Amino acid sequence: MKNYDAIVIGAGHNGLTNAAYLAKAGLDVVVVEKNDYIGGAAVSRELHEGWIYSNCSYVCSMMRQSLHRDLDLSRHGLLLIPYLGTVNFADDGRTLVSYHDAEAAYLELKRHSAHDADSMSRFQADLARYSHLIRKTLLRTPPDPASFRPRDIFELLFLAKQFWALGEKELYEYVRFFTMSAAEFLDDYFEHDLISAAMASPGIIGTALGVYSPGSSYVLLHHAMGDVDGTIGAWGLARGGMGAISNAIASALTEKGGEIRTNAGVEQILVKDGKAAGVVLEDGEEIYSRIVVSNLDAKRTFTKIMDKDDLPDGIYEKARNFKIRGSSGKVNIALSGLPKFTGVPDNPYINRGGQNFTGSLETMERAYDCWKRGQWSDDPFIESVIPSVWDPTVAPPGQHWMSNFIQYCPAELSSGPWTPEKRDQFGQTVVDKIERYSPGFRDLIVHMEVRTPHEIENEVGLTEGNIFQGELTIDQLLFNRPFPGYSQYRMPVKNMYMCGSSTHPGGGVSSACGANAAREILIDLKRTNTVPEDDCYDE
Amino acid sequence: MRRYDSIIIGAGHNGLICASYLARSGQKVLVLESSESLGGLASSGEFYPGFKTSIAHTVNHFSQKIANDLDLASHGFNSKSGSLPIVGLSIDGNHLVLKGNELSGVAPEDSQAYGTYLDSMQRFADMLKPFWLKTVPRIGSNRLPELLSFASLGLNLRLLGKDAMREFLRVFSLPMRDLMDENFDNDILKAMLSWDGLIGSKLAPRSPNNSVLALLYRMSGGQDDAHQVTTEGVRGLIAALHSSAAAAGVEVRSGTSVHRIHVGENDAGLVATGVHLKDSEQIDADNIVSSADPQSTFLNLVGVEHLEIEFTNRIRRLRCDGYVAKLHLALDDLPKFSGLTRPDGRMIIAPNLDAIEFAYDDAKYGDFSQQPVMEIVIPSLQDKSLAPDGQHVLSANIMYVPYNLKKGWDKKAREDLCKLVIDVIERYAPDIRSHILYEEVLTPLDLEQIYGVTGGHWHHTEFALDQLFMMRPTFGAAQYSTPISGLYLCGAGCHPGGGLMGGPGHNAAREILR
Amino acid sequence: MTNNSEAFSGERLKQSHFHPRLAELNIRDSWSSWNGYKFANYYYDAEYEYFCVRNTCATYDICPMQKYVIKGVDAEAMLNRMITRDISKMRQNRVTYVVWCTDEGRMVDDGTIFKLASDEFMLTCGSPCSAWLEKSAFGFGDVSITDKSDEIAALALQGPTSCTVLRKMGFTEIETTKPFNIKHFPFHGDTLMISRTGFTGDLGYELWVKPELAIDLWDELYAAGANYGIHPFGETATNMARIEAGFIMPGFEFNEALKTVHFEHDQTPFELNLGWLVDFKKKHFNGRSALLQEQKKGPKYTLTKLDIEGSKPAEGAYVYSNKRCSREIGYVTSAMWSPSVKANIALAMIKTEHLSGELWTEIYYEKELRQYSKVARCTIKDKPFWTPARARLTPPLEN
Repeated sequence: MKNYDAIVIGAGHNGLTNAAYLAKAGLDVVVVEKNDYIGGAAVSRELHEGWIYSNCSYVCSMMRQSLHRDLDLSRHGLLLIPYLGTVNFADDGRTLVSYHDAEAAYLELKRHSAHDADSMSRFQADLARYSHLIRKTLLRTPPDPASFRPRDIFELLFLAKQFWALGEKELYEYVRFFTMSAAEFLDDYFEHDLISAAMASPGIIGTALGVYSPGSSYVLLHHAMGDVDGTIGAWGLARGGMGAISNAIASALTEKGGEIRTNAGVEQILVKDGKAAGVVLEDGEEIYSRIVVSNLDAKRTFTKIMDKDDLPDGIYEKARNFKIRGSSGKVNIALSGLPKFTGVPDNPYINRGGQNFTGSLETMERAYDCWKRGQWSDDPFIESVIPSVWDPTVAPPGQHWMSNFIQYCPAELSSGPWTPEKRDQFGQTVVDKIERYSPGFRDLIVHMEVRTPHEIENEVGLTEGNIFQGELTIDQLLFNRPFPGYSQYRMPVKNMYMCGSSTHPGGGVSSACGANAAREILIDLKRTNTVPEDDCYDE
Repeated sequence: MRRYDSIIIGAGHNGLICASYLARSGQKVLVLESSESLGGLASSGEFYPGFKTSIAHTVNHFSQKIANDLDLASHGFNSKSGSLPIVGLSIDGNHLVLKGNELSGVAPEDSQAYGTYLDSMQRFADMLKPFWLKTVPRIGSNRLPELLSFASLGLNLRLLGKDAMREFLRVFSLPMRDLMDENFDNDILKAMLSWDGLIGSKLAPRSPNNSVLALLYRMSGGQDDAHQVTTEGVRGLIAALHSSAAAAGVEVRSGTSVHRIHVGENDAGLVATGVHLKDSEQIDADNIVSSADPQSTFLNLVGVEHLEIEFTNRIRRLRCDGYVAKLHLALDDLPKFSGLTRPDGRMIIAPNLDAIEFAYDDAKYGDFSQQPVMEIVIPSLQDKSLAPDGQHVLSANIMYVPYNLKKGWDKKAREDLCKLVIDVIERYAPDIRSHILYEEVLTPLDLEQIYGVTGGHWHHTEFALDQLFMMRPTFGAAQYSTPISGLYLCGAGCHPGGGLMGGPGHNAAREILR
Repeated sequence: MTNNSEAFSGERLKQSHFHPRLAELNIRDSWSSWNGYKFANYYYDAEYEYFCVRNTCATYDICPMQKYVIKGVDAEAMLNRMITRDISKMRQNRVTYVVWCTDEGRMVDDGTIFKLASDEFMLTCGSPCSAWLEKSAFGFGDVSITDKSDEIAALALQGPTSCTVLRKMGFTEIETTKPFNIKHFPFHGDTLMISRTGFTGDLGYELWVKPELAIDLWDELYAAGANYGIHPFGETATNMARIEAGFIMPGFEFNEALKTVHFEHDQTPFELNLGWLVDFKKKHFNGRSALLQEQKKGPKYTLTKLDIEGSKPAEGAYVYSNKRCSREIGYVTSAMWSPSVKANIALAMIKTEHLSGELWTEIYYEKELRQYSKVARCTIKDKPFWTPARARLTPPLEN
C-alpha cells in the first residue's frame, strides 16, 4: 500500500492549488475527488452538446496574479479576458450602463443624477483605498490575536501598519465601511434609486444578508477588490469557461508529479493516535499519508467525513454552528441566438458583458425577506453574463451560453423539501423575469439547467450550496475563519489542514486559500516555501 | 448678568449627572431644560388625571460608580431593590420566567445552557465594563493617558484568557439569532434573551455586528443584568439626581428653551461663549455642554455656518430614526394575565425570533407590523405614586414602529396602532379592555416632538459599530469636545450611548474638567 | 449640440455649442475630451496657436467647463463658508479666483466666482462639483444651485489684440474693463457677458452667451478679428501658456482631494503657493482650523517656479538637493521649453525646508530611441515666467 506525503480532499481550484504547491516542494501528493470531473465549483461542463457550461462560478476577478504567474498557468492553457459593458435594469425598465471610459460613464450616470455622477469618482477612490488594504492580506496567513508568538505579533503589527498608513480620518471611514450595511454606506454617495441599487448588488451576492443588513458592505468590498490586470473592480472570463482555471492548475500539478484521482469520494478521514493518517474512500479503499488536507467546507469536513470522537471537545459544535447558508441559485441556459434587451444601446461594445436585473434596493431586500421565510421571490435579483459573446469556445457559432446567478434561493423551503417540480418552477421565475426585459427570450432557449442550493450541495459538495464555503461576516473573517484559534490552516487534529474557501481569505476563485495553506504545511514539514508571499501587482 | 462656568443644555439624566460632577469640582453650573419637568425621556408626567409614567419605564444598568460618586443613596435612590424578573409570555400560559439567575419554564437543557451562556456573557460584559466609563481616545492620539485607555482594553481582553478572548472576538459581532441558536432550543427563550440586544435600535435578530455589543452594554451596570422599578420608580432616580445636583450647587431652570448656542471667534478658531434663549436672553459661560442629541446640537443650536462641510454631512447622516413606540394605559384594576399570578415583571411578547424579524421587515419599508412585538411593564406595582390606590399604569415598548411612516402619522394611524397593540395584549390578558380608563400611544415622531429628541431615538443615534466608541456620534466630536472650543456633548449620542447608565454625562464632566 | 438627457448620448463625445466652427478649423482632426465634450488638442499646429496667444489673439472653447449658478439670500454665506477667500466685500460684476478645501484643508478644486447680483453667483471650475456644492449648501436656508454647464456657451479670447477685436465688434469702452471685471453688452436681442479673465497670463477676455447665439458670436468675432490674427487654440497651447503664467492645473500640480486614494497625495493651498487666497480674517470657512495649523507649521511642500539649465524639459523629473542626486527633495509637476522667454521652465513641488539650498534635477530625454539623462541646476523664479504689462493695465496697451 502506497503511503503519500499528502492527500488533498476535493479537486476544487483551492485543493488543486494547494496540491500543486506541495508537489512543487517535492511532496508526493494525491488529490481525491468524489466526482468524475475535477474543478469543484470552477468547472466547464458540456451539459448540452456544443455548449460548455460554467455551471457554478462564472466570472473571475480574484485569481491572484502572482499564483497565475508562478504556476505558469497561461502555459497550462489559461487565458483570463476582462469583460465590459454591464447593464443594470430598474424595475420599470430604466437602464444604467457601465462604461469603461470615465467620461462616458460620467455622462451615463449624469443622465440619472448629476450629484451621483460627481460622487462616483469619490466612491471609486474610496473603494480603491479599501481594496488596497484588504488585498495586502489575501496571500498572508491571519495572525492569532490571542497568541504571543513572534510571528503572530509581527503579522498583527503588519496589519496595524497598513491601517495606520490610511491616516486617521480614513481609518475611521474604514471601520464604518467594514461594519455598515451596503445600502446605508452607499447612501453617503448616491441618491438615485437605480444607481444605489446597482452599486449595492455586489453586497448581497452569495450571502444570507440583505442590502440593509449590517455587514453587507464588506461583502460588497469582497466582490470589488479583485481586478483584471490591475484594474480594480473589473471582472474577467476564463477562455473555455471557469473549468479552464481548474484544468490549468491540475495540469501544473501533474507536471510537478502530483496525482489526481476522480470518482474517489472520501468516506472518512482516518485518525490514529490523535493524528490524521489518511482517508477511507467511499468504496472502502484506505489511503495513507503523512498529512491530510481538506478542501471541503468546514461544516462538511468536521460533521460529515470525520468521527466526532476523533475531534477535541467543542470542535464538532463549532462546525455545526459554522454559518454556511444557502442563499443563491443558478440558472444556466443554452440559447439559439443573442437575446436583445430593451433600453440598451445598440452598438457593438455594449450589451456584451452582463445584465444585472437589480431593480431597487427594496426589490433586493424584499427578495431577502422571502428567503428568510423559506421562499424564493417572484422578483429576484439576477446577475447574468453571456460569456459566449466573448469566448468563441463555449457555444456553437451564432449561438450563446448564458449564466444567471440568482439571489436569493433558500436551501430549505418552508413548503417542504426541494423537488424537481419546485426547482423547475424556480427556473421559470427566472426566465419570466428576464423575458420582461427581453421579449422573446424564452423562444431562444435550447437547454436549461436549474440549480438550487439543493443541487449545488449534492453535486458540488458545498454545504447548502453556499458559494463562499461560509458566510463573510466578521465572526467568520480573518482570524475567525473558519473558527477562532484555527485560522492558520492547521486543524485541531494533528497533521490535518484545511485549504478551502472556509479559510482565510474566503470565497471567490482566488486560489489564495489553497496557496496560504500550502505555505503553512511546508513550514510544519520544514520544507522550503514554494508559495509567493504577495501579489505581484505594484499599486 | 451672572456668569457661569458651565451651562448644561437639557436636564435629562446625563445632563444632571454632568452638572453634578462639574459643580462638585467647584464650578458654577446652570442647567437649562425646555420642558417643565426634569429627566427628558426618563421624566415622569401625568398622561391621565392621577396616572403618571415615563418613557423609560425601568432603571437598567445605572452605574454604581456614579451612584456612589454623587451620593444618590442619601438623596433617596435605592439601587439595591426592585429587580424585575423577565417574563417570556406564552400564548398557552406556560410562561418563561427569569428571576435573577434562575430560569423556569424551559427544558433542563436550556436551563443548564443558560447558566453557561450567562457566565460567558457576564465575563465579556465585565471585561468591557470599565471601558464604558472611559473616554475612547482618538486613534491618532499621542497622549499617554489616552493610549493607556487602549492598552487597558487590550489587557482586559488578554486577561480573559486565550479561548475566551478568541470567543469574544467572534461573538461580539454575531447576530442575536445566531447567538441564540448556538445556545438554546426554546423559541420564547431565544426571543426573550434577544430583546435587550435589539430594543431601541434598528436591528433585527438576523442583523450582524451590533446587537451583542448592545446587550453587553446593558449587562454592564451596577446591578448585573436586572431591570428595576424601585418603589420610587424611574422618577426616584431623576429626583435623586436633581437633589444631588442641587445639593452640589447646580442651578436648574426648567421651562427654558435654548434657541442657539452663541459661537464667537478667537485666534485659534471658533469658541462657544454662551447660549441664546428663546426670548433672546443671552447667558454666558466658559463651557456649553449639550445633552441634546448630536443632530439638534449641531444643526439647530450651533448652525452649519460654524461647522466643516464633511463634519456636517456626517452629523446629518447619523442614523437617528427611532423604531420604538410607547403605549400607556390607565387601568382601573390590575389586568389578569393568563398563567401569571402577578404581572410584576418585564413581560416580553415575542413568540419566537421570526416574529421579531418579521415585525422588523415591515418597519424597513415604513410600516408597522400587524404582529407587533413588545415589552410590557406595570410600574405602578412597585411605584405606588404612579396611579391612584388600587389602580394601575401599563407601559409598553412596541417594536418596530417607524419614525417615518410611509403613509404619515395621523390620528387614524395612531388609533390603528393603539388598537392593534391592545389586541395583542388582550390575547395574553383577556380582561385588559375592561380595565382601560385611558389609552395613549406615542410614536417615535411624538417622542421627537415632545422631548426634542431627533427621530425619537432612544439612543439619540443608532447604537451601531460605525457610530460607537471613538466614532460616537462621529469622529471629530467623539471625545465629548467638539470642533468648537468650549462646546461639549454629554448626551446619549456620545460614548457609551443611551439607556439609564449615565456614562456620557460622567465621561463628559471628566473631559471638561481636564 | 447633442441633448444630454437623451439616453446613451454619453457614448459619443458631446459637441460644443461652437462645434460646427471648431470642426471646420480642426483640419488635423486632433481631438481629446473634457467633461465628455469633444475638445481640440490642437487645430493645425500647437506652437503656432501658442504664438497667436502671445502675438495676436486666439479663442479657446470653454463650453466644457463646469458652470454652476448659486442663487438666493444665503448664497454668499454658503459660498463664503465653502471657499477660503472672502467674497463678502466683492462688488457686483466682479470675478475672483478661489479655491476650496476639505475639512482637512486639502484642495478639492479651484475655480472662479462671478458675482452677478447681490444674491446670484456663478462658479466655474474644471471638473464636476455638484455633490460637494450640495453638501456645502446643506443647512443654508435660501440657496439654489443650478448646473448651467450645458446652457451657457463660453469662449475665451486671449492675446494682445483681443481688446481691439472686441472694440471692432462694437463693444465700446471694453478697454475700460479692468482685470476681473464684468461688462454686459446687448447682443442680438439678448445679452453678451464679457469678463476680463483667462488662463493664459496675457491680456484676454471670456465671452458668455446663450447657446443659440454661439455661432453668431463666433462669426462676428472671426470677422472682426480677421485682420488681427485671430485663430482657435487647443489644449496643448493652453497648457504652454498657463505654465508660463504659473497657473496650476488639476492632474499636474494638484490632485483633487476627493478623488485621492493615498494618504496626503493631495495638496493644500499653502503647498500650492496659494496662501494669499486663504483669508483667516473672515468668518469660519471649511478647512480653517487645519489650514491655520498648517500656516503655523509651514507647508511640507511648496510649489516652486524653476528655471533649469539647458533646453530639455524636465517632465516627470525628481528634484534633488545636490548634484550627486543622492537626496530627493521634490518632483516636477509641469515642464516645458518656453518659446517666448527662451528658457527651460518648470513648476515643481519641493520640500519647503530645502528651498534655500541648491536644487538639481535629473532629466531623462530620448535621442533617436536611446535614453539619455543629464543633471541640471535649477534656479527659483519668484515671478511668473510671462507677465506682460498689458495684462494688468486698463486700458490695456494696444499691442
